Amino acid sequence: MTGPTAVTTAPARPGSRARRPSLGRIAAWAVMGAIVLVTLLPFYWILRTALSGNAALAVDPADPLPVKATTGGFARALGLQSTEEAIAQGGSGGGLRFWRYLLNSVVVSTLITGCQIFFSAMAAYAFARLRWRGRDTVFGLFLAGLMVPAIFTLLPNFVLIKQLGLIESLLGIALPTMFMTPFAVFFLRQFFLNVPGEVEEAALLDGAGKVRIFFRVLLPMASTPVLTLAVLTYITSWNDYFWPLMVSYSDSSRVLTVALAIFRAQTPQSGVDWSGLMAATLVAALPMLALFGFFARRVVGSIGFTGIK
Amino acid sequence: MTMASSSPPTRRPAPGGDGRLAAVFIAPALLGFVVFLLWPTLRGVYLSFTRFNLLTPAEWVGLDNYVRMVHDPIFWDALRVTVGYVLVNIGVQTVSALAIAVLLQRLTGSALLRGIVLTPYLMSNVVAGIVWLWILDTQLGIGNEIVAGLGFDRIPFLADETWAIPTIALINVWRHVGYTALLLFAGLQAIPDEMYEAAKVDGAGEWRMFWRITLPLLRPVLAVVLIMTVIGSFQVFDTVAVTTAGGPGNATNVLQYYIYGAAFGRFQFGYASAMSVALLVVLSAITVLQYRLTRAGRSDLG
Repeated sequence: MTGPTAVTTAPARPGSRARRPSLGRIAAWAVMGAIVLVTLLPFYWILRTALSGNAALAVDPADPLPVKATTGGFARALGLQSTEEAIAQGGSGGGLRFWRYLLNSVVVSTLITGCQIFFSAMAAYAFARLRWRGRDTVFGLFLAGLMVPAIFTLLPNFVLIKQLGLIESLLGIALPTMFMTPFAVFFLRQFFLNVPGEVEEAALLDGAGKVRIFFRVLLPMASTPVLTLAVLTYITSWNDYFWPLMVSYSDSSRVLTVALAIFRAQTPQSGVDWSGLMAATLVAALPMLALFGFFARRVVGSIGFTGIK
Repeated sequence: MTMASSSPPTRRPAPGGDGRLAAVFIAPALLGFVVFLLWPTLRGVYLSFTRFNLLTPAEWVGLDNYVRMVHDPIFWDALRVTVGYVLVNIGVQTVSALAIAVLLQRLTGSALLRGIVLTPYLMSNVVAGIVWLWILDTQLGIGNEIVAGLGFDRIPFLADETWAIPTIALINVWRHVGYTALLLFAGLQAIPDEMYEAAKVDGAGEWRMFWRITLPLLRPVLAVVLIMTVIGSFQVFDTVAVTTAGGPGNATNVLQYYIYGAAFGRFQFGYASAMSVALLVVLSAITVLQYRLTRAGRSDLG
């Protein structure tokens, strides 16, 4: 799905065939430019702050370039500095076991994304392409599930995970969304519904079974929606904070978002280690920026209403 | 956008259907659905009628939690704060997202721009909160440097009772608006170019086309997006947790933050569940109301 080609605006006066850019067009570009600035400038500011010396930030808060440039902020965020050195540079000394949290985030997000998409695709196929008694009833149930705000199930799910003895475990964080989300099932069902029946019939005539058709024909055909959903799911689970906050209390199961919030809470009210904090946020956000950058071309075009009603 | 009919395209049904195969295919998702969505929903409603502190079994107390909720001034305050947040967040976000979507549709087909507007969405609410906390810092933030440079008094954006909620609402607009804009943009793609061409021949300008073509045809999509964003907006938590922790006073004590405090700060799981049920009821009511008002089910777009 590509964007429309640029359209020329209507001439200001009907009948006149002016080809020069109209005032309205210039204004529209100005607005677009402002939107891009507001979107991107905070990113630059994170980078500028992260590369500044912490003490120097207070001296020169408005300098557009890094002040007293140093990589000390990153060293503190990644826990590469000794406590004395960190405190000397304005850190709290309360380090981040960064690599541990990064690994936890990767494990949780990968587990959720991989399983959720695979199981949701299977269910979507059953809803879209198989005939069975009770299909519409079960589907209606999923439809109702879409209406329950995610946040409502967090408390009861916490009780359940606690009873299962999975508090403080990465599996405990992943489980509730590991099997499906109603949204993922809808999104993929909509795609499978639109695959022409001939595709399946041809494969059936070739003697392929339905299981094989799903894996060999339909799933490969659905690569773009699957990829879009995978990227969105990965970003969502990577950025989730509320649920992991409930489930994990110690380093062993702590994910990046929770660690970051703790890092922020550790900093004293006066003399916050801004350069360390900004370095930490940048490092936490970087994997998602990279992931998106890598798949942007295919994903951006297919974000839409494939499955929502 | 119209509901696809639930029957698949014509196929000769295999005699007896695909029952056994379907059971295998549906099993994992159904298990997840029942265990982590259906059962917790029912349990959440049940817990709201109990006194429960996690350590001893839940004890049935009937409507006690609800009676307490109705008489709890902090609950009403939290609801009021949340509604204030939602109004600012949704108002600004909807208008901005619509503007961005229309600009992306009518001004340029640049995929790069579409990618750029989505970048804030890639960060977590936690990251967005911390970043803006720094930008808006009263003494050192570049935002306040600009305010001071323009000759105004510095504004304690996140430490002032009046400013805190609108500020948090705008931080979340910054993070989410690109995603919302892309959803609307997808809806705009369904409007045939010929309609704009025809209107242009009739001498209509962009402004008139927007009111006569874009908005009426986008309305069903807009309605769905609005429902989604309102529901999301009511559940605000992360940004408050990392920027203001509910303060100053109770100025940013949004409902979800109060519920979290009741459950994990004071171990009143029953009371917290009752407030969650109240939120659920509010959100369901809003959904039904918006559907009614906009007749979202009736769409002209395929």
